[in-house]
Amino acid sequence: MLHRISPQTLRILALFAVLVAVILFFSTQVPNYLNGRLFNRISSSVAIMALIATAQTLVILTRNIDLSIGSVVGFVAFATGSLITGHPDLAPLVLVCYSIMLGAVFGIINGLLVAFARVPAIIATLGTMALFRSALVEYSDAKSITASNLPDWLVSFPNIVLLQIGQLQLRAAFVTALIVVIAVHFALTRLRPARKLYAIGSNPEAAQMAGINVRMTVFAAFVMAGALAGLAGFMFLARFGTITVVAGLGFELKSVAAAVVGGVNIFGGSGTVIGALIGAILVDLIDTSLVRWQLVSEFWREAVLGALILIAVATDTIMMRRLTALRQAREHRKAVSEFIATKQKRAGS
Amino acid sequence: MTIVSRLRSWEGFLLGALVAIIAVNASLSPEFLTVANQINLFQLSIEKIIVALMMTLIIVNAEIDLSVGSMMGLSACAFGWLFQQGIPAGAAMAICLGVGVAGGAVNGYFITRVGLPSLVVTLATLIGFRGLARVLVEDRGITDFPEWFDRLGQAGLIGPLPFALLAFAVLFVCLWIILQLSGFGRKTYVIGTNREVAEYAGIDTARHKMTLFIASGAISAFAGLLYAARVGAVRGDVALGFELDIITIVLLGGVSIFGGTGTMIGTLLAILIVLNLRNGMALLNITGHIQTGVIGILLIASVIAPRFNLALFPARSPGPSGQIKD
Repeated sequence: MLHRISPQTLRILALFAVLVAVILFFSTQVPNYLNGRLFNRISSSVAIMALIATAQTLVILTRNIDLSIGSVVGFVAFATGSLITGHPDLAPLVLVCYSIMLGAVFGIINGLLVAFARVPAIIATLGTMALFRSALVEYSDAKSITASNLPDWLVSFPNIVLLQIGQLQLRAAFVTALIVVIAVHFALTRLRPARKLYAIGSNPEAAQMAGINVRMTVFAAFVMAGALAGLAGFMFLARFGTITVVAGLGFELKSVAAAVVGGVNIFGGSGTVIGALIGAILVDLIDTSLVRWQLVSEFWREAVLGALILIAVATDTIMMRRLTALRQAREHRKAVSEFIATKQKRAGS
Repeated sequence: MTIVSRLRSWEGFLLGALVAIIAVNASLSPEFLTVANQINLFQLSIEKIIVALMMTLIIVNAEIDLSVGSMMGLSACAFGWLFQQGIPAGAAMAICLGVGVAGGAVNGYFITRVGLPSLVVTLATLIGFRGLARVLVEDRGITDFPEWFDRLGQAGLIGPLPFALLAFAVLFVCLWIILQLSGFGRKTYVIGTNREVAEYAGIDTARHKMTLFIASGAISAFAGLLYAARVGAVRGDVALGFELDIITIVLLGGVSIFGGTGTMIGTLLAILIVLNLRNGMALLNITGHIQTGVIGILLIASVIAPRFNLALFPARSPGPSGQIKD
C-alpha cells in the first residue's frame, strides 16, 4: 500500500496528520480552542508567510537560498506605502503591480549576482540583505508609514470576507495567498519550464547537459521569488499599516524554516509549495496556540519552534532513508525472482 | 612563493585595503590613531570577532553555524538567571560554558549522527537557543552583577588592555596554530575540500565535526559572557542577529563558503578591515544601517574581485592558499 503513494504525497499526508494532531492536542489543553476564530486568526496571519515560503521554495529548489527576502518585503511595504500616501487616488491594481514589479527588480539584482556573476547564493543574498535594508533606511529618511495616511480600501482589504461558512471566514488576504500557492503548485508540477527548477536542483551538471539553460532558469527563479516577496510586501502594508525600517526583519530565516518543515530539501531538487504552505501554517499555528496555553509561559514559543523544526527535519530524513531502502530491497527481490524464473524456463525448455 | 605573488593573493589585497582604510581614517580624525580609540574600536565588537575566529574553522570544514548569536544570548541570559537564583558569579560562568558545550553537542549530534545539513540544524537551534534565552529572562532585564564581573568586561586588565581583547589575542594565536600548523588543522582542510576522500583516508569526519561544533558552542557561550560583562546587563535579545555579521567577516577574509580554503590571517585582516571601516564611517557620521550596507557590498565584491584579478593576471594569480577560486 505504502509504495503506491509517491514520497511527496506521503510527506504532505504526514504533515497534514501532524497538523491535525497539533490542533487536537491544543483543543484538549485550551478551553474554547476549536472555533471559527482560530481559523480566521491563523488564516490572516499565515497569508504573508505563505507567500514568502513559496518564494523561498522556488529558490531553494534550484540549490540556492534567498536571505534578502525580509529586506525586500520591508522595502516594498515602505515604498508602496509612501507611494499611496503621496497619491491616495491611485487604482488598487496599479499599486499591486508596483509592489510586484519593485520586488522583481530586487529579484533581478539577486539573480544577476547568483546566475551570471556566479556569486554563491548565500553570500550574494547575505550581502543584498544588508544592502536592501540600508537602502530602505536611506529611502525612509527616518520617517515611517502610518495606517491613518493609507486609503481605507487598502487597510480593509485583508479582512474582506469573501465567503462565510458558519464561523469560518475566508478572507481576501488568505484567499490571495492560497491562489498564488495553488497556481505555483500547478506550474511546478505541470509546466515544462518550471520542472527545470527540479532538474537543476537535483543535478546541475546533468541539467546543463540535457540542454537546460541553467543560468537563465536560476535567474528566473530569483526574479519570481522577488516578485512574490513584493506581493508579500503589499500584504504586509495592508495588514499592519504602520511600516518602519525594521519591517520584515527576520523573515528570511522564517521563510526557510517554513519551507524546510514543509519537506523542501535544503540542497534542492525536491519539495512542494503545498508542503511549504502547510509548513508555514504549522509554524504559525504552534506560535499562536502556545500563547493561549496556560500550562507554559508564552516565552516558550521560540524554544518549541526550534525543537519542532529539528524534529520535523530529522524525522523526514530518517523516514525517507527507510523508504528508499525498502524500495531498493523490493526491487532487488523482484529482480532476483525474475532471474530465477527465466533460468527455470530455460532449464525446462 | 615570492613576495610579489604573495601580495597578489587575497590576503595581500586585504592588507592593501586595510592600509588604505587606516590612512583615510587617520587623515579624517587626529583621534583615530590614539591607543584609546584603537582599543575602543575592538571593544565595541569584541564578542563578534572572537566568534568569527572559531567560525573560520567551521566554514573551512564546509559547514556553517548559524546558532552562534543565539548561543551568545542563551549563555548571557543563563548567567543572569543563575546569578539571580543566588549562584555565585564564578560558578554561574562555569555552568554557562557547560551550556555552550551542550548546545554545540546538540548541533553536532544532529549534523554528524542524524546526518542533517548544518544549515538546517543550526537554523533550528538559532530559533531554539534564542527561545531558551527568552524562557530564562522573559521580558526582564537583569543587571547588578558583582563589581569584579563588570570590571572584567569594561576596565583594562594589563595597562589599558581589557580582558576580552587579551582573550581574543590568545584565542587567535591558539586557533592559528591549530588550523595552520597542526594535524587537526590539516584534517579540517581535507574534510572541507572533500569529505568522502577524507573518510576513505581514514579520518573520523563525524568526530572531527563534532569537536568543531562543541568548540563553536563553547566559544560562543564565552563570548556571550563577555557581552554580559561589558554591557553590565542582559536581556532576551542579547546578540540578536550577530551570526550574519560574523559570517560576513569570515567570508570577506577569503574563506570559501564551500570549504577547503581560507586562512586565519585572512579572517584577522577582514576583522581589522570591518572594524576600521565601521569606525571610519562613524567618524563621518554614517549610521549603523548604512555601514552594514557598505559591508554587504564589500562582501559581494570580495567574491567577484578575485575573478577580475584572475582575468588580468591569468594563471599567475592564485587565490587564497594557492588555489584558483571560482
